[in-house]
Parts: sequence; C-alpha cells; structure tokens
Amino acid sequence: MYRYDEFDERFVRERVAQFSDQVARRLDGSLTEDEFKPLRLKNGVYLQLHAYMLRIAIPYGTLSSRQLRQLALIGERFDRGYGHFTTRTNLQFNWPKLRDVPEILGLLADVEMHCIQTSGNCIRNVTADHFAGIARDEIEDPRPTAELIRQWSSQHPEFSYLPRKFKIAVTGAEQDRAVIKAHDIGLRIRRHPDTHETCYEVSVGGGLGRTPMIGKVVRDYLPKADLLAYLEAIMRVYNLEGRRDNKYKARVKILVHETGLADFTRRVEAEFAELDGPSINADPQEVARIAAYFAPPAYRALPEKSAALETARAGNPDFARWVEVNTTAHKQPGYAAVTISLKPIGEAPGDATSEQMRLVADLADEFSLSEIRVTHAQNLVLPHVKLSDLFSIWRRLGEAGLASANIGLITDIIACPGLDYCALATARSIPIAQAIARRFAEDARQKQIGELNIKISGCINACGHHHVGHIGILGLEKRGIESYQITLGGDATQDAAIGEILGPGLAAEEVPDAIERIVEVYLEHRRAGESFIENVRRLGLAPFKAAFLELDRAA
Amino acid sequence: MLLDRNGPASDPWTHSDGAAIGNIPLALVPWEALPEALANRAPGQQIGVVVPGSLAIAEIEALLPELALIAVGFPAYSDGRGFSLARRLRRAGFAGRLRASGPLIVDQFAYALFCGFDEIALPASSAGRQPAEQWQRALSHVGARYQRGYGDGGNILDQRRAKRLVQAAG
Repeated sequence: MYRYDEFDERFVRERVAQFSDQVARRLDGSLTEDEFKPLRLKNGVYLQLHAYMLRIAIPYGTLSSRQLRQLALIGERFDRGYGHFTTRTNLQFNWPKLRDVPEILGLLADVEMHCIQTSGNCIRNVTADHFAGIARDEIEDPRPTAELIRQWSSQHPEFSYLPRKFKIAVTGAEQDRAVIKAHDIGLRIRRHPDTHETCYEVSVGGGLGRTPMIGKVVRDYLPKADLLAYLEAIMRVYNLEGRRDNKYKARVKILVHETGLADFTRRVEAEFAELDGPSINADPQEVARIAAYFAPPAYRALPEKSAALETARAGNPDFARWVEVNTTAHKQPGYAAVTISLKPIGEAPGDATSEQMRLVADLADEFSLSEIRVTHAQNLVLPHVKLSDLFSIWRRLGEAGLASANIGLITDIIACPGLDYCALATARSIPIAQAIARRFAEDARQKQIGELNIKISGCINACGHHHVGHIGILGLEKRGIESYQITLGGDATQDAAIGEILGPGLAAEEVPDAIERIVEVYLEHRRAGESFIENVRRLGLAPFKAAFLELDRAA
Repeated sequence: MLLDRNGPASDPWTHSDGAAIGNIPLALVPWEALPEALANRAPGQQIGVVVPGSLAIAEIEALLPELALIAVGFPAYSDGRGFSLARRLRRAGFAGRLRASGPLIVDQFAYALFCGFDEIALPASSAGRQPAEQWQRALSHVGARYQRGYGDGGNILDQRRAKRLVQAAG
C-alpha cells in the first residue's frame, strides 16, 4: 500500500486548516452560501435530506486495517455507528454535524486519509480494479498509475473549477472490473503489439447520468511516461470548451459527442503537441518510488491446493458454496482473494456497522497482510488469504452476519442511498433492493440463476449505475408517486453496453414480480452454460418485453 | 479592489469604453475595440485589453507583443476557463501583466497566481466581504502542490527529486 511521505502529510494537514478557515469565513459572512457550497463539496460535505453527509475518499478502494478501524471509530463517535460504501469506493457517513467535520478531517489525516474532491466540479476520487496486484489476468498493476493521478489531480490549480464533475478509472487486466468505459477518462494498461511495452489505451467521454454514453478511445497506445501531460491536454480542452450553459450538458461526454470523436481527438492531440512533456510528467524515479509501495508482499511458498480447505469443503456444503461464490483465484499459488458481501438479505446494500468494520480489520490483520479493498459493487475484499485460512474466516464472518454467499448473483445488488437519504433522489432505492433480495433469498434459486447484476438508482444521476446493470432499475417520481423504469442488457465490463428500457414504469411493489418474469424468460430459454447477459444478447429484448408487458396487463 | 501577491495595489489603468483612448497613458479597452485602439495608439501609450474567458488563443496570439496588460474576465467564481486561458497566454509568450477580473473567492487566489496571473481585480460586492488580509491568509494555506509547471518552484515532485539527489550525494 502507498504510505504518505512528509509532503503528502503536510498537504493533507494544510487542507484541514484550510477547510477550518473556510467554515469560519462562512460563519462570519465573508462567504455567501453560494460561494461556500463548492468549497464544502470539495471537502466531501453534502447537505442531504436530514443532515450533512460526509464522503470520505478511499483512493482506488484500498484500505489498511488501521484506516478501517479509524472509520469505525468515526462512525461511532460522530455518526450512528455505521457507514455506507459507495459505487466510487468511497465511504459515506450520513449523520455528522458540520461543526464536527474539521475534527473528523483531522482524525482522517492521522491515518493518511481525506475527503478531498469526493464531490464538486473537479476530478473525483480515482478508482481502479479491486483485484489490482492479485488478479491472474493482470498485465500490470493499475495502482501506481491511480496513485500518481490521485496526487496530480489533488487541488489542481487549473482544473478545480471544471464545467462538471470528472471521474477517472484505471484497469490493468483483461477483464474490466473498474467500469472504465463509464468514466470521463478510462485508462486500460495494455501491451503494444510491436514494442511489447506497457502503454495506456485512453478512453474519454463515458458516463452514466441523464445521457448515458460509453467512452470512446482517443489514444490506442499512450507511452506510460506521457500520462500526466496527456491528461493535462484532455483536461485543458474540456475546461475551455466544455459546455457551461446547462449543467445537464456539461460533462465531457457531451463535448465529445457534440464535437465528434475525430475532432475532439485532434484538439487533444494538438494541445498535447504544444506541451513540454518532461517538464510536466513525473520523472521515472518518482514513478518508481510510487510503484515500490505496490510491490508484491512477502507471500509464503504454498502448494496450489490446500488439503485443509478441501476437507472443510467436503464436510460443509454452505462453506463450499461460499468458497465457490465469494473467493477469486490469486496470482500467488495457495492464496485467494475473499470478497465479503455487504449485501446480506434484507439489509441496505453497502452498509457496514462499526463492529463489522472492526471485525474485517481484525481479519485483515490476522489473515490478509492488514489490507482491505472496497469494490465499486459496494463489497469488501480481503486480498491475500491463504486457502487454509478460508474456513476460519468464513466462520468469523458468519458470526457477524457477513458470510452471504452471493457475490455476482441476483441478490448482490448495487443501490444508491436513494430517497431515504439523498436530497437529489426522486425515489427510494434501498427498499427496492431489499424486496428483490428477499424474493430471491433462497440459495438454490440464486445458484440456479447464476451471474446476474441488478443495479438501482433513485434518480437520473445514476449513482447506482443502473444503465450498465444486466437489469437496471431507475426510480423516478411521477405525479407524486414513485415509478420504477426497468432496463435490460446493460453491461459494466469490457463489453460495456447501456441497457434498453423494457416498458412503462412500475409501482414499487410490482418490481420484484417484474424481475421474476424476466428471470423466468431466461431460465426457460437458456442454453447450457449460458449466463443471463449472454442469453439477453442472443435473444434480444423481444421475449423479455413480451413477458414484461403481460405483467402490466395482469396488474 | 486590486490585489497582487503582496496585498492591495492601486490600479494605474484607466478603463475606456471604446477605442477613443485619447492620451490616456495606460488604457484598458474592451476586446471588440482592441484593433482600433491599437491603430489609435500614440507613441509611449500602453494598451491593455479585457477579454472573456471563452476567447480562443488563436484570436489574440498575434497581438500579444502589442499588449501591456490582459484582463481575463471571470463571469463567476465557478467558471474556471480563465485559468486555462491564462496558461495558454503565458505559453504563447505573453510577458505583460495578467489580471483575473471578476467575483473570485480568496480560495482561488493561489490557483490564479500558479496559472500565471499577476493580480486580481474584484468587484466591490466581493471585496466588501473578503478583505485583503483574508486573501493573504488564504495564500498561507497553500504550500507545495503536486503539479509541475505551475508557478515558481515549490512543487512536491521536484522537491522529492531534490531530496533524492541530496540523499544520493550524502
């Protein structure tokens, strides 16, 4: 994991002092509420429906056990004993008081954390593959790139007052687990076919929200050393030319769309050609300094299989099922990555209590080299677990209600906080997720259905990524009543696709039935080994639409 | 109120609504009036221009050697185009004074200086609420930054490099 040096430490302490000063200037009237708003947002402080909300950055989803314990402490002392992990791999506290925020920022700085740029029209917390450094399909670890971008994008003098928010994601693997095509900039580390050097494929203009778009490639092979200069070129073109007349058309995706990919690319390349790369880019020693923090840890040399694990599996079907669903093969023989589901049936997706956070921190210390990851699907990962330790971990998780074996399945639902918390929401999300999870709670049924991603947003801003859900659910408000629009065929991976609307909006209580109809069509028509999304791609929308409309008539 | 990195400053420039600049020694004219004002310029007379943040650099590039001051308009503090335009003006070789003109907030002062501005011209409505000492204090909250190439010295990447060199030598 990256550790702050004296410069990082000073930088974050300065931000705490700066925010305290900003709060004081708001209170004495020097700043109007309008002027203060972007400043508090850039420090992660939102005004929600019931209270202030504080969003803490978890850069590229990586946490140490010490950091997670500090989050547990903050949750207990300043909130109601729980926090909510988000689709940007951040943590939100829903009930802090504004006067406590400077103290919380100080506690975060004590463990090398901050809330910088978790909101506002600036470059947001950078995300990456949650299996970075451990995935078997990885070409290169994306975390050094993500850390370099975290630093470069912090308090950027030129790009802190952009037309709109700006999100960057990085992956270094074959399979895209970071949804890079739904980001303003998506970086994919790949090898150049001739030189075999690792380069970046640079996509721009992806994004969800009101006008969902898949990112488009502006550079096939960017030399790694040119990264910061190239990002500067993209950001300058966007800052100058992005629309500022309408906030719903202000994201870079609209600029790319309206300018056309070829013309937009030309502008970026023309700006890049004007830049003096060596005076902008990080020097190789700096890149190496950062990369050294992500060197593989000291693994034990272990056999590929563990006899203890096989014995435990054979003797306990529930454990065997959990291993099958919630663990992922590791680069290192004899190890696995454990995904801890924050989606127990009937609970709010992504919520964790302070006690649960402490348990996960303890498990990380005992079994996973003190490291934890947060996934964009709102779950947690213990990245370096010996196969022989899996049974102990499973038992301890089970005692805390954290042993749900549902990763990637129909009850592993992404949901934004929705109208239960959020001031922007037009409908509730959490109760919809809970109702669907209860409907499909039975393990055998989940197993039968297999991989199926449901994603729920409580408004058009699409924090719940509904556009790229295999089944997407968007909550809207129609004449004072919540109405849920169902989309089908979205995909968040390297085959990124935006889902299509199935039919008229539904009432909240009709949603589980609709999901059931869709699933029935799949089960009826699937070929051997065909996943839900493969089935939808093969069949097209028609049979699903027909079943969906029958439901409408029945209602 | 006019401010530079040392505090409040007096403004030697006289705004002219059009190109009729008479014998004003330092005449600040609107962008639309610039060609005519330059044509009217008397020997020894200096010309400055007020431009919008949306101005394309290509439109002004050829005129830069003629200008002693460029005031970039910020229609709102939230409109950051002026920061990028300042960067492009400096890169194009503009060596005169660069002014950020509009309702900026003190927290943008350091950014403006790093992007190449020399001074901030604030409307009275903002200046009344944000006295000069707040602007100076805001600068003290911003130490070294992560970005190279913004302002003189003081960036973290170069400081790390310097430290590495010292350690290697030691």
